[in-house]
Amino acid sequence: MSALIVAQNMSLRQGGKTVLANVDFQINRGEIVTIVGPNGSGKSTLLRGLIGAIRPITGTVEQAKSLKIGYVPQSLHVDSTLPLTVRRFLNIPKRIDKDAMRGALDRAGVPDKADAQLSQLSGGQFQRVMLARALLARPDILILDEATQGLDQSGSAAFYRQIEEVRQELGCAVLMVSHDLHVVMAASDRVLCLNGHVCCEGTPDIVASAPEYRALFGTGTQGALALYRHDHDHNHHHDHTHDHSH
Amino acid sequence: MLDDFIVRAALAGVGVSLAAAPLGCFVVWRRMAYFGDATAHAALLGVALALALDGPVIVGVLAVALVVGVSVSMLSDRGLGADTILGVLAHGLLAVGLLVISLTSDTRVDIMGFLVGDILSVSKAELGLVWLGAISVTALMIWRWNALLSVTLNPDLARASGINTRAEQLVLTLSLAVVVAVAIKVVGALLISALLIIPAAAARPLSRTPEAMAMIAAVIGVGCALGGLGAAFHWDTQTGPTIIALAALAFVITHLARAALRR
Repeated sequence: MSALIVAQNMSLRQGGKTVLANVDFQINRGEIVTIVGPNGSGKSTLLRGLIGAIRPITGTVEQAKSLKIGYVPQSLHVDSTLPLTVRRFLNIPKRIDKDAMRGALDRAGVPDKADAQLSQLSGGQFQRVMLARALLARPDILILDEATQGLDQSGSAAFYRQIEEVRQELGCAVLMVSHDLHVVMAASDRVLCLNGHVCCEGTPDIVASAPEYRALFGTGTQGALALYRHDHDHNHHHDHTHDHSH
Repeated sequence: MLDDFIVRAALAGVGVSLAAAPLGCFVVWRRMAYFGDATAHAALLGVALALALDGPVIVGVLAVALVVGVSVSMLSDRGLGADTILGVLAHGLLAVGLLVISLTSDTRVDIMGFLVGDILSVSKAELGLVWLGAISVTALMIWRWNALLSVTLNPDLARASGINTRAEQLVLTLSLAVVVAVAIKVVGALLISALLIIPAAAARPLSRTPEAMAMIAAVIGVGCALGGLGAAFHWDTQTGPTIIALAALAFVITHLARAALRR
C-alpha cells in the first residue's frame, strides 16, 4: 500500500486557538476513511490541514507526488440571484471538455442534469453535482466534508452507494467527514473519532448484520450505512498514552 | 453631432449603463448593495474635495471612492462587514459629504445636480471620460470574468484552483470606484447603486446563465437610459430619477412576467 497523505504529530490552529493537537494520520491508495466527532472537534480543520489549506504549527503533512485531490466542500450556497446551469457551473473557473463533463455527471449519478439550474436541484442532486465537479480533477483521493448534511437517511445512503460505485470504478481513496457520530458509510475501511485529538480508531459494524439496527435505519439503505460503536475506555486510555508519549 | 447636448446626454447614459451592467450583476450576486451605496455616497466627499481644490470633480470622486471602497472591503475582510456598519458608513458619508460641500463652497454650487445627476450638462470632455471609464471597466470585467464568478461562488473552491481572492475583490472595488466616478454626472450619488442593481435584478428572471444576465442587464440599462432621457425631455422631469424609475418599472414587469409564466 502506498500512502497518499501522511500527517505526523500535526497540530493545527484556527481562529487563534489550537483546534487539533498531535495528530498522526495516514491514508493509503484506494482506502475509505471516515472521520466522526462532535461539533467543533476539528474534523473540517483536519481536512483543511491535509489538503494544505492550513499550515500545521507543529509536525508535518506530506502528500504523494502530484497528488490529485477532488474536494467536495461542506456546503456551497449559491445565491438565488445568480442564474447558473450545471453545465456552466462545471466550467468555472476553467473550461472543460464536453466528454469529460458527461462522464463525470454519469459517474456522479446525475447524467441528465447538465442543463438544469443549480437553484432547482434537490439536496441530493446538488451534492452529486458537487461530486461530479470533484471527479473532473481525476482525483487520486476524494475528500468530502459532511457531504450528506441536509440529506435524509435514505438520501445519505443513496449518496454513499454512489461514492462506493465511484470508488470501485476509479479506485480512488475516499476521505470523508460524517456529521453523524454513529452512522457511517458501511464500506469504510477505518473510522477515526476526533475530539481535538484522535480519540479512537476502528472499523464500522455492518448494519445489515444487525437486525436491531436495520430496524433503526430502515431497509431503504441497502447496507450502505453502518454503525460506529465508540469504546470510551479505550478513548481515555488512548488519551493517556498520548500524554505520556510527549 | 456631439454639439447637441441631447446627443451627448444620450451617449453618456449609454456608456454608463453598459459599464454598470456586468458590475451590477456582481453587486447583486455578492450582496454588495450597501457596499455600493457607501462607495457612491462617499463620492460627495470627493466632490467637496475637488471644489475646495478647484480640481476636476471626476478625479476627486474617483480618488475618494477608491479610498472608501478599499477601506470598506478591508473592514469586511476582518468580519466587520455587517449590515449595520455599512449602513452607518453609507449614510454617514452622505451626510458628511453634503455638510462639507455646504461649508466649503459658495451657494451657487448645485448640490441637487450631484445628488440626482445632471446628464443634460455633460461636456465633450466629460463624455470622453465617461466612455474611457466605461470601456476600461467593461474590459476589466470581461478579462476577470471567470475568476470573479469563481470567487463569487465559493472563495475556498476559488483558492483551491489557484485564484487570488483578494486581487479579485480589488478588481471589483476598483471597477466600482470608476463607475461611481463616471456615473455621478449621469444619475447622481443617490442613484448610482440603483443604476447598478436594478437593471441586473430586472434581468434575473430572463436569464439562465451569468453571461446572459449581464448582457440582458446591459440591454435593459441602455433602454432605460435612452427611454428615461426621452421621457424626462417630454415631461420636463429630472433625468436621473426618470431613468431609475423606468428601470424599476422594467424590474416589476420582468418579475411579473416570470410569475405569470410559471403558472
